[in-house]
Amino acid sequence: MTDAAVHAVNPDPDARVRLSGRQICKSFGPAQVLFDVSIDLRAGEVHALLGENGAGKSTLVKILSGYHQPTSGDLTLDQAPVTFEDSEVAENHGVILIHQELNLAEQLTVEENIFLGREIKRGWFLDKAAMRLESKKLLDQLQCDVDPRARIKDLAVSDRQMVEIAKALSKNADILILDEPTAVLTGREVDILFDQIKRLREQGVAILYISHKLDEIKAIADRVTVLRDGHLITTEPVAEVEKDDMARLMVGRDIKQMFPDREPVEAHDVAMSVRDVSVEGQVRDASFDLRRGEVLGFAGIVGAGRTALMEAIIGLRDRTSGDIARNGKIVPINSLQDAKKCGIAYLTKDRKGSGLLLNMDMRPNLTLLALEKFGTFIIDRKAEEAALAKAIEAFDIRAADPKTKVGDFSGGNQQKLLLAKVMETDPEVVIIDEPTRGIDIGTKSQIYHFIGDLTKRGKSVILLSSEMPEMLGLSDRIAVMAAGRITGILEGNDRNEHEIMRHATGISGKQGVSVHE
Amino acid sequence: MSSLERTEASTSSGFNIDFKALGPFLALVGLFVLGTVINDAFLSGGNLSNIFTRAAFIGIIAVGATFVITAGGIDLSVGSMAAFISGAMIVVMNTLVETLGAGVETVLIGILVSVLLGIAAGAVNGLVSTKGKIEAFIVTLGTMGIYRSLVTYMADGGTLSLDFGVRGVYRPVYYGDVLGIPVPVLVFFAVAVVGYVLLNMTPFGRKCFAIGSNEQVARYSAIHVDRVKTLTYVIQGLCVSVATIIYVPRLGSASSSTGVLWELEAIAAVIIGGTMLKGGYGRIWGTVVGAIMLTTIGNILNLTDAISNYLNGAVQGLIIIVAVFLQRGDWRRKKSK
Ligand SMILES: Nc1ncnc2c1ncn2[C@@H]1O[C@H](COP(=O)(O)OP(=O)(O)O)[C@@H](O)[C@H]1O
Ligand SMILES: [Mg+2]
Repeated sequence: MTDAAVHAVNPDPDARVRLSGRQICKSFGPAQVLFDVSIDLRAGEVHALLGENGAGKSTLVKILSGYHQPTSGDLTLDQAPVTFEDSEVAENHGVILIHQELNLAEQLTVEENIFLGREIKRGWFLDKAAMRLESKKLLDQLQCDVDPRARIKDLAVSDRQMVEIAKALSKNADILILDEPTAVLTGREVDILFDQIKRLREQGVAILYISHKLDEIKAIADRVTVLRDGHLITTEPVAEVEKDDMARLMVGRDIKQMFPDREPVEAHDVAMSVRDVSVEGQVRDASFDLRRGEVLGFAGIVGAGRTALMEAIIGLRDRTSGDIARNGKIVPINSLQDAKKCGIAYLTKDRKGSGLLLNMDMRPNLTLLALEKFGTFIIDRKAEEAALAKAIEAFDIRAADPKTKVGDFSGGNQQKLLLAKVMETDPEVVIIDEPTRGIDIGTKSQIYHFIGDLTKRGKSVILLSSEMPEMLGLSDRIAVMAAGRITGILEGNDRNEHEIMRHATGISGKQGVSVHE
Repeated sequence: MSSLERTEASTSSGFNIDFKALGPFLALVGLFVLGTVINDAFLSGGNLSNIFTRAAFIGIIAVGATFVITAGGIDLSVGSMAAFISGAMIVVMNTLVETLGAGVETVLIGILVSVLLGIAAGAVNGLVSTKGKIEAFIVTLGTMGIYRSLVTYMADGGTLSLDFGVRGVYRPVYYGDVLGIPVPVLVFFAVAVVGYVLLNMTPFGRKCFAIGSNEQVARYSAIHVDRVKTLTYVIQGLCVSVATIIYVPRLGSASSSTGVLWELEAIAAVIIGGTMLKGGYGRIWGTVVGAIMLTTIGNILNLTDAISNYLNGAVQGLIIIVAVFLQRGDWRRKKSK
């Protein structure tokens, strides 16, 4: 049996402690992000680490796995002091971290990634057949049917996550740390992942599972540690804390109202109307009106054509037919620049890939879309600084140092900055794709209220979301798409999960498919 | 790992960033000290003006290259382009001598031709790579061959020589000075100032940074990516043209060996100056210093017997590698190992 299993059977919980951090502090330059945090991981236990975006979860686990060095405090492994000079040393001790941001080589194949740096060799040559077989086995365990020879760049994000997990499994992790692994997974994939985690737990692996999703923690974890603003709040058995308590501990206050109040809007006051828009192979004759001051949700299963339709509206995709009118007048939109001129803005769901310049700080990011506002020939720095100060205030962007690269921001702060960036153009119609992906509940609620405020100021919002509570909580009306068509626009009492599913699956005939994109 | 730790510190404390910006300047000061120690003549007015005048060619071209590289591109054709434009200028001016005589008009028209050709050659590089969706490396590798063979063809395999009369009129552009400062140095300075303003203070410059750091983000920010990228190549072409305008009166000739390896020196100057080869971050003053450093190294080797002058290229190569090595810690982020 493995080392891990031997540890796991010990009845004394303290003796089962494999890896622990004691009084860990961490500062980045002048900004301290962890304050005297202690945590221990036991063999055969799933330990959840819960906290809002920016609470310091990723930083803590990077310290536990050798990617960062603590500013003070120390680590012990099996009760003996240990130092991880770098991640390789940690991995040699069986400590493996699956990063929040996936860390795969995009140009390489699945099998090459799984065995990167640990290639199986026969003599001087790579034993490709063995690696393929092994990769296949690992992926089968995860019920993931990607081809080991496929290139990472061609895979969906959720499949990439599975590859990361397969890679960690192949390293025989004794102590496995997963940093928000479910952010990009669909419901079914989450179930598979949980089965794997349970299997590893039975084998005696010590698991640290990071999330800000309370349901998941209830479902999978034995103990939970709550982190807030870099401080350890509590560590308790999961069975002894209610979800509400967890939320309160995590956020530090009660979230009274998750969603903003909605006020009825004038049905005849149309801000934008879309008529018979088609996109080759993706969207057929889509028509709808967007009323001034409303949030119009768009629901549908994968491939229903929601994203394609929105991209056609903002000029990122060619339309084969159809017109877009703003305030009753048809406007020619053939590029994002045109859309911007017509007061239509688009908030991408891919904030890292197409939303923000991660290697730059906030100021250039904020003003990039509305650059002409800050000077025709010379950029007015003062005006930029002023706009930044205003945006930080208005959208509650929390950065210890405004010079921090936005790539080092938490997801919530990035999303707020992205929202601020888009609002710099002062658009009338805002199309928001997945506004809260990977964001904790406190920040989520804040973003919902920002969206509510926009509509109160007369802006109209189109919302694309795969999260049903968000869709129902924010939208005044919900348009449902299936197989490239709008199959219904739900209002009033029809605005419920059952009706959405009926319309989303009605045409394609696929029953019981969850709403994800 | 220690490099990772350094990254973290630099993101939040201004000190490191300043140090990084100053790095090339400090290195240049070091070189000057070294030069003075090796030979007293190094600091003489004549020698210094010689260094700066020579640095002007590569420097002016490198200012253009800073734009291209910042926006994520590369232009390998600048050396050939310089040779081609020099050749075309000489041919045009020699032809005009017959009708206009060897006067200022002839020179001015020659200059105009140079500017137009620079813009055109840059536009070709830019449009083919953006509209044709071909890697800039490939496109400019191709045009590098094309421009080079065009000058060989014009010179019929030999050397094109500028008419003697025109040479006399044109001479001050290279050999003249204002208040003791050689004209090429003044032009270099002017190009650098304009380049600095354009890259750091205008929306255009900001867009170059954005495109270089993430083209997709730039596209989603309603930036005309192709247009901006093409413009960077046009700016590069213009800079090459300006460099040739002051180069032609120096030798008064052009041949297939004119401007050989200039592209490498220009790119080296840009990289030594702290601009990132992969784009997204550029620094004009760094480039200026980089160009001066490259010329200074050659000059110091000339003044000393310790290392053979023939090893100039080796020393330059070494400096480039060391410069990039020193900068790497600050930019290769988050990737362990
Ligand atoms: N490399 C870094 N440099 C500077 N600040 C950082 C760096 N990494 C994280 N931070 C900051 O540390 C805080 C905690 O971040 P993180 O550990 O990623 O939080 P979480 O994972 O809980 O969302 C945030 O304020 C973030 O901006
Ligand atoms: Mg995190």
